[in-house]
Amino acid sequence: MERRQFLSLALGSLALVAVPASVRAEDYRKLKPTAWTAKTVDEAIKNLYGSLDMKTEGVSIKTPDVASNGGAIPVDYKVTVPVKSVAVFQDANPEATVCVNTVGKYEITEYSIKIKMAKSGTITVVAEGQDGKLYVAKRTLKVALGGCEG
Amino acid sequence: MKVKAKLKNGVVKVKAMAKHGMTTYNQAEKKTGNKDNANFITHISATINGETVFDLSTSQFLSKNPIFKFKFKGDSFKKGDKLEMAWTDRKGKTGKGKGKIK
Repeated sequence: MERRQFLSLALGSLALVAVPASVRAEDYRKLKPTAWTAKTVDEAIKNLYGSLDMKTEGVSIKTPDVASNGGAIPVDYKVTVPVKSVAVFQDANPEATVCVNTVGKYEITEYSIKIKMAKSGTITVVAEGQDGKLYVAKRTLKVALGGCEG
Repeated sequence: MKVKAKLKNGVVKVKAMAKHGMTTYNQAEKKTGNKDNANFITHISATINGETVFDLSTSQFLSKNPIFKFKFKGDSFKKGDKLEMAWTDRKGKTGKGKGKIK
C-alpha cells in the first residue's frame, strides 16, 4: 500500500470514530417547534418523536401524591435504559410539553425539577432509547392549589 | 444562578437554581393583557472543561426560580473543576452561574 493511501485511510477512520463520540447539544425548541405548542400529550409526543409506539418500562417517576402548591411540584424522574433524550409532559396546562433533556455521554439519567400545574393531572415521561424505541411512564397526582394562573 | 456540585464515588451531583420569574402566556395575558409579554427560560446547559454534561430545553411550566438537580459521571473530572451553567430566556436574555466541584 502506498503511503499516501494509507494516510488518507487512517484519517478517514479517525473521522468516523470522532463523529459518534462528540456530543452535540440540541435546542429542541428550534429543532421541533411544533412539539411546544401541542395541546395534548399524545400530540406533543407525536410532534417530538414522530411515533406513539411506546413501551411501559425503563422509566420511573416520583412525585408527591397530593401537591399542596401547584406552582412548584417536585418531580423526580429516572431512566434505566440507555437513551438519547428524555421528555416530560403533563395534561393540566394549556400546552403539554414541560422540558426535553438531551443526554450526553457523561450523564446519569436521573433528574429532579420543579414544575407548575394548573390542576390535578398526569405527568408523562418519555425516553428516546439509543435503540430508537420509546419508553414511557405515567404518574397521576392531585394538585390542591393550581399554580399557573397566579 | 447558584450552582452546587459534589463529587462522591465517581458521581457528580449538581443542584442549581436559576433566578427567573418564568411567566407563562396565561399569567402575562392576565397581568398585562398581552400574551407576548410571557418570558421564561427556554434552554439551559452545563459545561465543564468544555464538555457538555447537562442540556435541557424547557417551556413555561417550570416553577418560578426553577431548581434543577442532575448527576453525571465524574471519572474524567476532579474536585476543584469549574462547572459552568448558562440559560437563555424567551426574550434572548442570558444568565450564567459557576460552581466548583467539591
